Amino acid sequence: MSDVRVETTPTTPPGEHLLEVEDLAVSFFTDTGVVTAVDGVSFSLDAGRTLAIVGESGSGKTVSTQAMMGLIPKPPGKIMRGTAKFRGRDLLTISDEEMRKIRGREIAMIFQEPLTALNPVHRVGSQIVEMIRSHEEVSKKEARQRAIELLKTVGIPQPDKRVDNYPHEFSGGMRQRAMIAMALALNPAILIADEPTTALDVTVQAQILELLKGLQEEFGMGLIMITHDLGVVAQISDEILVMYAGRMVERGDPEDVFYKPQHPYTWGLLGSIPRVLEEELTDERLVNIPGMPPSLQRVPPGCPFHPRCTFRFEPCDTERPELLQRGHHEDACFLEQDEKEAGRADILHLGTKPTPKPKSKPPSVARKAGTRS
Amino acid sequence: MTDIATTPQAAPSRSGTPLVEVRNLKKYFPILEGIVFKKEVGRVHAVDDVSFDIYEGETLGLVGETGCGKTTTGRLILRLLEPTSGTIKFEGEDISEFDTNALRPLRRKMQIIFQDPFASLDPRMTVGSIIGEPLDIHRLADGDQKLRRTQELMEMVGLNPDRHNRYPHEFSGGMRQRIGVARALAVEPKLIVCDEPVSALDVSIQAQILNLLDDLQKELGLTYLFIAHDLSVVRHVSDRVAVMYLGKIVEIATGRELYTDTRHPYSGALLSAIPKADPVVARSTKRILLTGDVPSPVNPPSGCRFHPRCPVANERPEERLPVCSTQEPPLASMDGDHVAACHFPLPPKTGADLSGMNLAGGAPRDDEVPVKPKTARKTSPRKTTGKTTARKAASGARTASRAGKKTAAKPAGKTTSSRARKSPPGAR
Repeated sequence: MSDVRVETTPTTPPGEHLLEVEDLAVSFFTDTGVVTAVDGVSFSLDAGRTLAIVGESGSGKTVSTQAMMGLIPKPPGKIMRGTAKFRGRDLLTISDEEMRKIRGREIAMIFQEPLTALNPVHRVGSQIVEMIRSHEEVSKKEARQRAIELLKTVGIPQPDKRVDNYPHEFSGGMRQRAMIAMALALNPAILIADEPTTALDVTVQAQILELLKGLQEEFGMGLIMITHDLGVVAQISDEILVMYAGRMVERGDPEDVFYKPQHPYTWGLLGSIPRVLEEELTDERLVNIPGMPPSLQRVPPGCPFHPRCTFRFEPCDTERPELLQRGHHEDACFLEQDEKEAGRADILHLGTKPTPKPKSKPPSVARKAGTRS
Repeated sequence: MTDIATTPQAAPSRSGTPLVEVRNLKKYFPILEGIVFKKEVGRVHAVDDVSFDIYEGETLGLVGETGCGKTTTGRLILRLLEPTSGTIKFEGEDISEFDTNALRPLRRKMQIIFQDPFASLDPRMTVGSIIGEPLDIHRLADGDQKLRRTQELMEMVGLNPDRHNRYPHEFSGGMRQRIGVARALAVEPKLIVCDEPVSALDVSIQAQILNLLDDLQKELGLTYLFIAHDLSVVRHVSDRVAVMYLGKIVEIATGRELYTDTRHPYSGALLSAIPKADPVVARSTKRILLTGDVPSPVNPPSGCRFHPRCPVANERPEERLPVCSTQEPPLASMDGDHVAACHFPLPPKTGADLSGMNLAGGAPRDDEVPVKPKTARKTSPRKTTGKTTARKAASGARTASRAGKKTAAKPAGKTTSSRARKSPPGAR
């Protein structure tokens, strides 16, 4: 196992991926101290693929993409190191002028709360028209026609009437559709969706996810999905990046991350969601990750997860584990492979476990199976 | 509490009398117009003729989309809102007409935990005084005794008792929710209405709070009305689940039955919309996508309120829509205590994903444990897990009886599902 421990960060030759972020680090210099929001994040994205960035609040998932888009306020924010190459150009060093051309046209974003992202005093249609006309030289009439077509594409009924509505006349799901229409207006190469369905009901969420998937197939854009919802991730991602306290803890394709998760934090995350599949309907307790995510002003030394990790041992509190490569599936944890398999089986009941009853109690994440009887 | 995992056919904990009995409960909010002389121009039918019981020691889940009236129902039970009509009985006593004075002692017995731990705690009060306030109001303790009780409560919900003179902003979201739980527990209530208690929390913290609620229920014999929009959470915590749509209850079943034996098409659609945290299953399951949004509760659709969006009614519109759009379906028994309000309920034991209905183009499949995902999941270590096998064996009896039933029910179920309710096939 130790033979494949290879540093991965600067290996892929540039120009190969549509977007390639390497070793990105962002800090905020506040009155009360330095907040290390993102520390050494690397990922890549190709056209037509979906990367899911998963993590809890404050894990740095949003800041990493915002830094890439030049959207963090400087000061107090500062990009400490790293590159974000989009079609060979480093987004972190280009001028504001160039960034403006890329933002919206090449890389578009949609946000969690569509009501705050839409301007309440302008009609939905004119906001889309403004978006088109600020990037392209087209007449108002033409732009309006495109806006209507876009609203139709995202499934808004009666788009020719709805185009003149104000955002408050739209329901939550329709607002998110309008946001997506606006993001797609210039046929971007990359769409960054930051918790796009978190504020929506499940039935509407299903509609929006279906829509995003369909549009991705149609337009072939790369999609970065930022979410805390592992269900959403399971459904649409091609690659998953799990973040904790501003750092990457695990990266892999959905099969790897869901069925062979390597990092204790990922186990905890997976174990803490109530299951809904029939064969999984149990009344067992959810896995409890003790404690809470650390303050980013005081990220623990070594592995940032070690204070909450029941598998921690000698080097965890002093040495920082790096993302290590095992094929395409990487994780940042010092545990040996067999220990990981045992731990995973214990916590998630994945792998080879003969009975659902817990036997010996190796250090487990406070799981008491079957106590609900 | 009854263990529904090992005795799947057992009824939910129904020993004794119901703690809460709700009958024909209605709440209409008037829509007023005019500046000086207000005139009622319409009504929001927030809760419209809802009846159910909550048994002592159980958790009843109340689930539905935004605006379906679930929160209003919770507040009506607590008498935080005046019902338009209908009765609410608590411990056999009709409390729907109680005035403020009569309600005060009752408030000791029923408490609420709110969704937003940031908005529901007074930022200018210390945590100790927040938790101790109910003790003052009900004159249960003062001085040292109050402090001791407060610290005891903090310890019970997993907070450090030494932090009792801190302020809410010094606590994280999950810990604030614990403060809310401690405050609710202060007066030793019998019923706690949990209104979306974990929706605002991160998943790992969510699990902590759910486990805490579970422990407290066991320790203190609490009864919960658990209101949430997240069906997977509701299923996990609830003994029985009531599904609401536009002010009506459309289905009540045990948590397990609701998933394995969904009868109302709306419950089915809700279930199929939950993103499953399993990539193979999530991508292979056919989902029922409801079109459009929930209609306005000001002018709810006639007949069955779900009919404009209902996949079953619209599957054969000529035959079904005339019925669905004119007659309101009553809550009728599907199987013992499992009730649903539908003219054309789904065939029994279809499972949650509805693919047996052939609505989404999926082939009708074996209605046991999902087969397709399993075979596809070759690389998955879970395929061979002893756990699944063990559980399968454990539910062997059920499987067998179901298999027998299935052959009779399945072909008939789809075409004559309308009759399924009136004359259940096979052994029923």
